[in-house]
Amino acid sequence: MNNFTPLASLAGGVLIGLAALWLLAVNGRIAGVSTILHGLVVQPSEDRAWRAAFVAGLVAAGFAWTLFASPNPPREGFSLGWAALAGLLVGYGTRLGSGCTSGHGVCGLGRRSLRSLVAVCVFMATGMIAVFISRHLLEIPS
Amino acid sequence: MRLSISAFGAGLLFGIGLWLSGMANPRKVLDFLDVTGAWDASLLLVMGGAVAVTFFAFPPLLKIKSLKFPKEIDWRLVLGAAIFGLGWGLGGYCPGPALTALANLSAEAFVFVGAMVAGGLFAKIAGIPGPGR
Repeated sequence: MNNFTPLASLAGGVLIGLAALWLLAVNGRIAGVSTILHGLVVQPSEDRAWRAAFVAGLVAAGFAWTLFASPNPPREGFSLGWAALAGLLVGYGTRLGSGCTSGHGVCGLGRRSLRSLVAVCVFMATGMIAVFISRHLLEIPS
Repeated sequence: MRLSISAFGAGLLFGIGLWLSGMANPRKVLDFLDVTGAWDASLLLVMGGAVAVTFFAFPPLLKIKSLKFPKEIDWRLVLGAAIFGLGWGLGGYCPGPALTALANLSAEAFVFVGAMVAGGLFAKIAGIPGPGR
């Protein structure tokens, strides 16, 4: 096993769960990042303020963290074309499927939703297929 | 205003959790999905830790909140999740980590986020219903 970080990952996961709990308890909202972003940027609704604030917090966390730790360097040989294709698929797929790793994963599994469990199994499976194709068949460094 | 401050705090905590867990690094995400390579199980613990909280705390809370959730498992859900997974496995970013990874100040994160918004725009043009929650 490669670079396994069980304690930090478990602790980080608990913080993510607590953040989702916070947003549900105080704001009455589901912490589904793709849906929050879509409702902020692409399909603005009248409740943009909390969405903007959540996204700002998420982005600010990165800048706060990288004050103390080094950021992750870009991947050599990973082209921006791949990044663009990946982004398009994620943006479109999360709308068609109504959620991502946070909405269906963290929150949907927490709600004990069968629909979200199906989504999680499907995107985990196709994610593994995509990695097999890109890393092992096409040998794209990522 | 109070709700926005709360949402900012929740986003901040969510983001710190992503960094602490290593998920702001797309390589680490791909190492989890790379089951035939040098597999890194860390993401499983991230999801496990997060769901351990929500699995027990969400059901009683949802009883007092009036939120409606779709239940049907249809072709849209399955195809959408499949397309999302392909993009996730290709890039190593899903929406939350991508936004907080902007702090890496790498071109790939900015290109990914821009393309992700464009993908949502295509979905809107294609008439896929917007967010309910």
